[in-house]
Amino acid sequence: MCGIVGLFLKTLTHREELGRLTADMIHEVRDRGRDSAGVATFGGGNDSTTRITVLADGPPPDWNATATALEAVLATEVSVRPLHDHAVFETTGDGRVARQWLIDNMVDIEVLSYGSQIELYKSVGDPDLLAARYGLASRTGTHAVAHTRMATESAVTANGSHPFSTGSDTCLVHNGSLSNHNQLRLRLEQRGESFQTLNDSEVAAGYVSWRLGSGDSLEQALKRALTDLDGFYTFAIGTVDGFAILRDPISCKPAVVAETDDWVAMSSEYRAIARLPGVADAEVWEPEPARVYTWSLAV
Amino acid sequence: MSTAIDLVEVPLRQLNQVLHDAESGGFDVLNPRGAHAVACGITTDVTVEVAGSVGYYCAGMHQVGTVVVNGNSGPGLAENIMSGTVRTTGNASMSAAATGCGGLVVIEGDAGARCGISMKGVDIVVGGSIGHMGAFMAQAGNLVVLGDAGADLGDSIYEAVLYARGEVESLGTDCVEKEMRPEHLAAVEHLLEAADMAASPSDFRRYGSARQMYSFHVDDIDAELAEGPGGTR
Repeated sequence: MCGIVGLFLKTLTHREELGRLTADMIHEVRDRGRDSAGVATFGGGNDSTTRITVLADGPPPDWNATATALEAVLATEVSVRPLHDHAVFETTGDGRVARQWLIDNMVDIEVLSYGSQIELYKSVGDPDLLAARYGLASRTGTHAVAHTRMATESAVTANGSHPFSTGSDTCLVHNGSLSNHNQLRLRLEQRGESFQTLNDSEVAAGYVSWRLGSGDSLEQALKRALTDLDGFYTFAIGTVDGFAILRDPISCKPAVVAETDDWVAMSSEYRAIARLPGVADAEVWEPEPARVYTWSLAV
Repeated sequence: MSTAIDLVEVPLRQLNQVLHDAESGGFDVLNPRGAHAVACGITTDVTVEVAGSVGYYCAGMHQVGTVVVNGNSGPGLAENIMSGTVRTTGNASMSAAATGCGGLVVIEGDAGARCGISMKGVDIVVGGSIGHMGAFMAQAGNLVVLGDAGADLGDSIYEAVLYARGEVESLGTDCVEKEMRPEHLAAVEHLLEAADMAASPSDFRRYGSARQMYSFHVDDIDAELAEGPGGTR
């Protein structure tokens, strides 16, 4: 099972409501698994500042001391905004360097995301708890993906929750299971990607980030993924200014998409979409197997 | 005069209980909003109109009467239907009419993957196109597709009869095109009329089993006799 949702706001109309609409969507599919949940939102940042969202595995460390240590690494200022067991660092320094330093030096935290627009929160338990704890309903922005998990491939822990993100402003939620993720993880590590879990979906996220980092467009990256990823998957993917959906050629895992002039929404089930504003006029369809669907924000 | 039941106010189980308890009459189901298992297991001659799209397993195990979804239907529409009629005016997701033993399922729009998987006597009429692996392991009944069919139509088919008006991307293992004889033209005409769809039967092509798989080989009868039914060979 697992439930996934994605909401991509093409116009300004609902951007103040992004978090509330996303919280309502993931609430509707929580019957598909409540082991853990996560959400990534995009928007509200400026291009010169990188936000790094981290999660403490246990009692949170001294976040101010961590920020100070990061300042030394990045040779620039780092501010920190704690939120329960998460914290968001902000800096004009290099996010990729910061991520790797945190992974290598802070064993008790996970780096959930970095980039100018992304913030990512995840926790064990019901997605409604996640939404309440991290104030999802009040979040604004351009797009979001969220996940509610029935664990199959790795442990029920916060860091095994989706969305997974390994590269700048790129994240992925997955319904399904990959069968070649161990081999692929090794290949990607040899190419400089780094992972923090044994989860199959993190490998898919790393794969997409690797292809985007190698110069592929989102569409090109996902076309190649159809060849390189083996297993069952329905993916929803967010990038700094884009949104994508991909299903494997067999497409056992459900997906439905609705689109209006203002938004694109996808979910495992229609009930997550059924209450969105303007849904009566939406075009509703099921994404075809092995076909890449992408949208990007108007420049 | 039909009875309106609003799923915003009435829990799903209560709706289904009302439908099970009714002996006849009409019911309008309001605000389904993608709910699962709407109008499942109906055993009396009621008519149910659903105003909007439904989720998984709508009209599952349908035995008698009519269910019309005025919208799209999720996975497993009319799964294991026994008789009666189920119609969706929009699209249906995967596994529509799966394992259906009888009755009529009409999908006015497109059907997703595995439409009619393991069908055992149901008649299915699809106004649009169907996805991949339609009528997989289909045993009996008829599938009429006014549009196109996706890859591997009729894979491992037994004795169901498939008709498609549009392009068939590919036929599955042991499924072949067959001649449209007069009785097949008559069958398509009858099914189109039952589904209230307009098309010319002569535009359809027929597909069915080549009967070349091991389950059809009389050569295997010796082993079957030697080991008895359920042999492990």
